[in-house]
Amino acid sequence: MNLIIMTILKRLALGVVTLFFVSLIIFSAIQFLPGDFGEAVLGQAATEETVAAFRRELGLDEPAWRRYLDWVGAAATGDFGTSFSGRASSGVDRSRPVVEMISSPLKNTLFLAGMTAIVAVPLALFLGITAALWRNSIYDRVINAATLTSISFPEFFVAYVLMLFSTLWWGLSANATGINDADASILDKAYMLILPSMTLTLVIVAHMMRMTRAAIINLLASPYIEMARLKGQSSLRVILRHALPNAWAPIATVIAFNLAYLVVGVVVVEVIFAIPGAGKVMVDSVASRDIPVVQACALIFASVYILLNLAADIIGIVTNPRLLHPK
Amino acid sequence: MSNDSNQNAGETGEILLEMRDVRIEGWSDEKWNPIIKGVDLTLRRGEILGLIGESGAGKSTLGLAGMGFTQPGCRITGGSIVFDGVDLVTATETEKRALWGSRVTYVAQSAAASFNPAHRLIDQTVEATVSHGIQSESLAKDDARILYASLSLPDPETIGERYPHQVSGGQLQRVMTAMAMSSRPDLIVFDEPTTALDVTTQVEVLLSMRKIVEEFNTAAIYITHDLAVVAQMADTIKVLRYGQEVEEAPAREMLESPKEDYTKSLWSVRALHKETQPSDDIVLSIDGVDAAYGRGLKVLHNVNIQVPRGRTVSIVGESGSGKSTTARVITGLLPPMSGQVTFNGEALPPELKGRSKDQLRRIQMIYQMADTAMNPRQTVGEIIGRPLEFYHGLSGKAKEQRVLELLEMIELDESFYDRLPSEMSGGQKQRICIARALAAEPEVIICDEVTSALDQIVQEGILKLLMKLQEKHGITYLFITHDIATVEAISDEIVVMYMGEVVEQGSKDQILTAPFPEYTELLLSSVPEMDPDWLTKLAEKRGQEA
Repeated sequence: MNLIIMTILKRLALGVVTLFFVSLIIFSAIQFLPGDFGEAVLGQAATEETVAAFRRELGLDEPAWRRYLDWVGAAATGDFGTSFSGRASSGVDRSRPVVEMISSPLKNTLFLAGMTAIVAVPLALFLGITAALWRNSIYDRVINAATLTSISFPEFFVAYVLMLFSTLWWGLSANATGINDADASILDKAYMLILPSMTLTLVIVAHMMRMTRAAIINLLASPYIEMARLKGQSSLRVILRHALPNAWAPIATVIAFNLAYLVVGVVVVEVIFAIPGAGKVMVDSVASRDIPVVQACALIFASVYILLNLAADIIGIVTNPRLLHPK
Repeated sequence: MSNDSNQNAGETGEILLEMRDVRIEGWSDEKWNPIIKGVDLTLRRGEILGLIGESGAGKSTLGLAGMGFTQPGCRITGGSIVFDGVDLVTATETEKRALWGSRVTYVAQSAAASFNPAHRLIDQTVEATVSHGIQSESLAKDDARILYASLSLPDPETIGERYPHQVSGGQLQRVMTAMAMSSRPDLIVFDEPTTALDVTTQVEVLLSMRKIVEEFNTAAIYITHDLAVVAQMADTIKVLRYGQEVEEAPAREMLESPKEDYTKSLWSVRALHKETQPSDDIVLSIDGVDAAYGRGLKVLHNVNIQVPRGRTVSIVGESGSGKSTTARVITGLLPPMSGQVTFNGEALPPELKGRSKDQLRRIQMIYQMADTAMNPRQTVGEIIGRPLEFYHGLSGKAKEQRVLELLEMIELDESFYDRLPSEMSGGQKQRICIARALAAEPEVIICDEVTSALDQIVQEGILKLLMKLQEKHGITYLFITHDIATVEAISDEIVVMYMGEVVEQGSKDQILTAPFPEYTELLLSSVPEMDPDWLTKLAEKRGQEA
């Protein structure tokens, strides 16, 4: 057991190190963006003095390493600084803390991701396992072709087709504009997000389902699977009890990858369905050169990636009896 | 299975399994090829039938067909397989599943691969018994613990709680026997169950398998390529070749007077014998070598070996005894922690990098798996040509000429020049590896289990070739093997290793004649002999000593 805890702690430490490097990359990538932030924010009409004053106020005249340390130090305590937007050359300052700006969109994104995951992951596992069970049958081929088709279309196309069908023929008039209303219950929100969630499900199921199927079929040639058959076990039991427990590591990796995509890669879906989510915030802030928000979003997205991959690693470790039960 | 009692069973018992004119095909090279070409087989209750043959003879396919099972890519195309009144050729999948794991069970060759790594041993032991509703889980587990005990497994009460990777290969093989016995089947198919084990472990596993099969009077099909092993287990022996029966006879009769030449050839290596010639001219000397992998445990402890010029020194021992590690130290692949290797009176630099081209040339190596030791995309000409180029700077016509000479030396004709490794048999591939070693014109060739993966007849051919080359070119061999029959056939001197130490070194006659040190005695006495009573006598002898 200690071995496992040690391994997990090691992975966690590695995750923190990765995050550190990611923060370096984010920070330096933004340094290389062309143009002057002060001018970009204040507009071309601003005088040189106001730009200089603005830069001083934001600390942009400090050396890069100093700004990096300030940023990372504050971010580590959960403070991502103050947004650049809301300031005007007139001197009126309506800027807000970054945390306040992104917490509500992030919640919406996570809600959509969670809702999609609850449907998509079990669905993908079910389809993958049944496809492996009846491999090379008509069922298997239909599932494979269908999922391949859904992953091959761009997601905006899937989204519009779904919208067309649902609104025209099923009378489903869900849209996400009311998602931030204070009196919207979880069920209301879920209803509003049905279409985007279906779109995302169609996009991610294929990858996970195909991996599940491949990971299981890959094991079916093992001697212990032949042994299970020669014990007179049914095909379903052979797959569920003998193949699946040894196939979790690759499946978990692909699931983690797709869940991460649900958080960080959904901007197109958010735009189409007008969901005020984190992806949209990030794209907007890039357009307006709102550096603190861009940095915060990038760092949060990176953490999600790292955390989910860490979770997949840990699943890989705890489902490996060699590590769980050392000699 | 004392042979007297089972001969009775063989003649009078009720017929349990009857196979008539069974034909099986396998899909390869884009077509169906026959694997079993019309074989009959009759097995009575309580009888043990040994199926013997070389690799590719179809013995495993036939054994599995006795359960009504065909591996993916195979199909039964004719004949009947009747198990206790049920024709398994026409039976549905569901009917067969009801038999598998309850009335017919299977013991596979590789225990390590045949246990599911994700489940505890005892759960796997009772899985079939419980899922077929033969016994409740708790009763079946109690019974399993009793079986473990009667198979002489250590800690029978708790060993079942372990996972497959937590026990040794020999123990796993016995747990698998318990698994096969759990449902008290009428028939067990043993598919090369001891082939992957060391001889000393094999004896224990054979004894416990024989005891338990005898105890429950279970019929069995015992598949192996080792005639001496099958002689200990079977009442009747059937010899297969190319998917056809060569002959079938009671075990004793088969060993005393085999009718077919082919059957005799199955123990051909045992018939080889080399006269020992002493020599004092030491070409290679290993002195006080300690070695370890990485920062791990030491695997060699103060190893001293002297290799006389133009002779064959065999290093024998079980897996993990440090035989191959010694070879790695000699070749410079693993620099020793202390001690040194002296070659022709000169100390060899410990690391490969420190050695001159000429030093490298003089010591060559041949490996067990000829397959993985050759680049699959190079032709024989390129494979043998490479050392000619590297060590002797040959090219063009001269190189080609030399390759052809070498091919002649290893008794292959010119047509092999353009072949790829995939176009040759196992024995031919090993010959190419020998030619590649010869191309460097070495003084010493280290042979690491070079015949272990080959059939007896092919082994004999390779060993004869090696001896001929030694006579003609005075090459020195350092022969690493776990097979005592091979050692007997080719060595002048023998080194016995155990747990990283040299137990004994001396001339063959000296080592192979009594009195023996304790470990050598155990090792030698564990080698199965062509005597149906060998195992029984050995068990009695060891029982008395204990």
